[in-house]
Amino acid sequence: MTEVERHNFDVIVIGAGGAGLRAAIEARERGLSTAVICKSLFGKAHTVMAEGGCAASMGNANPNDSWQVHYRDTMRGGKFLNNWRMAELHAKEAPDRVWELETYGALFDRTEDGRISQRNFGGHTYPRLAHVGDRTGLELIRTMQQKIVSLQQEDKAEFGDYEAKLKVFHECAITELLKDDSGAISGAFGYWRESGRFVLFETGAIVMATGGIGKSFQVTSNSWEYTGDGHALALRTGASLINMEFVQFHPTGMVWPPSVKGILVTEGVRGDGGVLKNSEGERFMFRYVPDVFKGQYAETEEEADRWYTDPDNNRRTPDLLPRDEVARAINTEVKEGRGSPHGGVYLDIASRMPAEEIKRRLPSMYHQFKELADVDITAEPMEVGPTCHYVMGGIEVEPDTGESTVPGLFAAGECSGGMHGSNRLGGNSLSDLLVFGRRAGMGAATYVESLERRPVVLQSDIDGAARSALSPYEPAKSEGSRENPYTLHFELQQTMNELVGIIRTGEEIEQALGRLAEIRARVRNVVVEGHRQFNPGWHLALDLRNMMVVSESVAKAALLRTESRGGHTRDDYPMLDADWRNKLLVCRASGEDSVVPDVTVEPKDQVPMRQDLLELFELSELEKYYTEAELTTHPATEGDRA
Amino acid sequence: MSYKGQFRVWRGDSDGGSLEDFEVEVNEGEVVLDIIHRLQATQAPDLAVRWNCKAGKCGSCSAEVNGRPRLLCMTRMSLFDTDEVITVTPMRAFSIVRDLVTDVSYNYEKAREVQAFTPPKDLAPGEYRMQQVDVQRSQEFRKCIECFLCQDTCHVVRDHEENKLNFSGPRFLMRIAELEMHPLDTADRRDTAQDDHGLGYCNITKCCTEVCPENIKITDNALIPMKERVAGRRYDPVVWLGNKLFKRGK
Ligand SMILES: Cc1cc2nc3c(=O)[nH]c(=O)nc-3n(C[C@H](O)[C@H](O)[C@H](O)COP(=O)(O)OP(=O)(O)OC[C@H]3O[C@@H](n4cnc5c(N)ncnc54)[C@H](O)[C@@H]3O)c2cc1C
Ligand code: SF4
Ligand code: SF4
Ligand code: FES
Repeated sequence: MTEVERHNFDVIVIGAGGAGLRAAIEARERGLSTAVICKSLFGKAHTVMAEGGCAASMGNANPNDSWQVHYRDTMRGGKFLNNWRMAELHAKEAPDRVWELETYGALFDRTEDGRISQRNFGGHTYPRLAHVGDRTGLELIRTMQQKIVSLQQEDKAEFGDYEAKLKVFHECAITELLKDDSGAISGAFGYWRESGRFVLFETGAIVMATGGIGKSFQVTSNSWEYTGDGHALALRTGASLINMEFVQFHPTGMVWPPSVKGILVTEGVRGDGGVLKNSEGERFMFRYVPDVFKGQYAETEEEADRWYTDPDNNRRTPDLLPRDEVARAINTEVKEGRGSPHGGVYLDIASRMPAEEIKRRLPSMYHQFKELADVDITAEPMEVGPTCHYVMGGIEVEPDTGESTVPGLFAAGECSGGMHGSNRLGGNSLSDLLVFGRRAGMGAATYVESLERRPVVLQSDIDGAARSALSPYEPAKSEGSRENPYTLHFELQQTMNELVGIIRTGEEIEQALGRLAEIRARVRNVVVEGHRQFNPGWHLALDLRNMMVVSESVAKAALLRTESRGGHTRDDYPMLDADWRNKLLVCRASGEDSVVPDVTVEPKDQVPMRQDLLELFELSELEKYYTEAELTTHPATEGDRA
Repeated sequence: MSYKGQFRVWRGDSDGGSLEDFEVEVNEGEVVLDIIHRLQATQAPDLAVRWNCKAGKCGSCSAEVNGRPRLLCMTRMSLFDTDEVITVTPMRAFSIVRDLVTDVSYNYEKAREVQAFTPPKDLAPGEYRMQQVDVQRSQEFRKCIECFLCQDTCHVVRDHEENKLNFSGPRFLMRIAELEMHPLDTADRRDTAQDDHGLGYCNITKCCTEVCPENIKITDNALIPMKERVAGRRYDPVVWLGNKLFKRGK
């Protein structure tokens, strides 16, 4: 029998990024005992890296903004594959969630009249992103971290213990979710990174808020935490994943020097006036406005430049098209020989505004290029290229509550799916974290309150989880079979980057699946050295299993979807296909292996958009995305008939 | 462009340890964290190091390089001569967990003791109005990535474990200053800065400011003004009363 440290909470939240912290605050404010568990130190989750801002239609910079405009932008950005209910809740609730942060102590940049300043970003009609320079994610994390401290101070005053109701377990990694015999969530099993010792959390509900999967790709803006743990754990527990074929490649990552390749250059650079140029000095984005966006973007450089100061009478620059469009354009420019020396294109802000202003508006970018690349962005252009940035796909959830298909398992933030459809707009993630973090916290609380009795953890499950976690310490089965986790990780990343990356073909994806199958067989033979105390080799060995499952989900779904849409571009099917618009690809675990299960993918139709929401769009726009049969209820169609 | 670099990395745990020598490939543009990762992948798979973002944004990878507190991911190899031996050791002010990883719980304990933002009661969410010039001062301090390098450097605790009880360190004294300067915070934090967090221990040597990777002027902009406010409160009742009324009036 495995000895484990045991804890018991009403709700546990796995992940301490924006979504996890917001969920935890909500569950605790509902009076439930709540734990937050995270792999890295408290306050260091990936959300700290977010730069540009948090989208909310507060209308501070342009009073014409409203939730309806935000909703439309979000659906367009996702090419109408988004879960419309999530997009609706998101657009409606984001302003309240941002204002709430001010009551926790957040200090956003201000407008002249003292309100929260908002900046332009790709795909957003109006300046909409609340921001703090280019370190908005840090502000979000710190603010909620400090709110948690504040709640703990209240608990200390009331119960004499800071941790009476809300406790953070940091540097603690969950490797297994546990269910009782009725199939409801009963707990989570994991290990302390520091000591390697096991720990069990018994609970009624789990909120999954583990972020993304970028570490399965070689060139990425994501941190080491992004190994898709939440996606994999949920899948293995019986939940379904949707939209896994949609992976966002951010158009502007650093390309040089090699050691920083992939690090993000915020879209705020373009939002604030920076423009993309090829090696011939041409502002090439004017050539890449796709049909669906024709008429919505400036057609000349003069108009684009006027737009920054007079947005009501000019159309925005195509430098600010949604990310998938810009990333593909850069890819094409480089391929056709108009790239920069290190295989990117130029992003020029230096010639567009005074040095002092650049330093004031984009301090971290200035710092980042100066320190890491010896480039002074106030004097010379940056070299940038696409980098794996965000996964639209994730755990399939109920929009209003965040509940997955497994009773007691909730999800929010990047590890959940649906909200962003086939492509996320910049700034819509931070707002997503707040809106759906809160909703998942509420959903979990309501669920736990309704339970008649607490599900029980089975000892056999604990033993199994422990055995599985320790298997990399078992000696190699034979001399030649011993695998190094670092090598396998590298091969996995290479496979995904090259064969299931920004531009895909059926043939290459099949090749990738072949290689993944081979890597999967070798994952079983990973052997790690040393002891269990803070052993990164062991940690990677465990994370590798999750990356494996997630990569297979991405590749299998990508193979099935024979069209190009948002973050999924098939060279062999280059067009948007209206028949695919309403189809979700649903991934589920199957097969014998419970640790690295097989993944099966099945198509499923979405619920049609509610009539009042559908009517927010012009028929002529919907016709670019929808089949004719789907649009018979639109009033304009009915008008035609009448 | 590549060369073989000479490294000495501290390895061990709370029971003790020593510097180990390594020869590792170094390529153009790399930072010290790249080298540590290469060591893990090729020579020392269980070498413990904390890191997250590898972009200077999360403050996880703090350690000491040739004795100077630094972020490993922002320390470029080009700072050093190619034949120089580079010594990487864990932060000295905190106890060792393993290799380059230290126990930083002191910081989280101190963070918890700083009274939280205390909002005005009569303002609903969405009604907050603040001018950019007024939030700017606190915003500088909110750039802090909690790398704790300033805490590691400050001589008050660096070699004086016993002072940790009464001294919160530059990071958290700055946090108090941040709230004190927040245009809408309603609490008076001057007594507690002095009495509970040990502002008086600081003798403005500015060592903390020198190591801050965010270039925050911790001493000049947070600690000294905070000391002035405390002095005002303690020795000048008129100033104190004025401040109090002023704050209430807002
Ligand atoms: C460089 C960069 C810039 C960005 N800029 C913006 C922007 O300007 N605007 C915007 O809207 N979005 C931006 N994004 C996207 C956005 O930051 C992320 O999508 C978002 O922060 C994800 O938040 P989250 O709460 O879902 O997860 P995260 O913040 O990633 O948190 C995940 C948490 O889960 C924990 N965890 C993971 N696995 C486990 C496990 N097995 N056990 C225990 N804990 C675990 C981690 O430790 C971590 O605490 C940016 C992303 C990047 C990379
Ligand atoms: S200025 Fe004060 S806080 Fe900073 S290092 Fe010197 S004594 Fe410590
Ligand atoms: S003030 Fe500077 S040195 Fe100190 S913890 Fe913050 S970022 Fe690090
Ligand atoms: S790894 Fe994040 S600051 Fe170095």
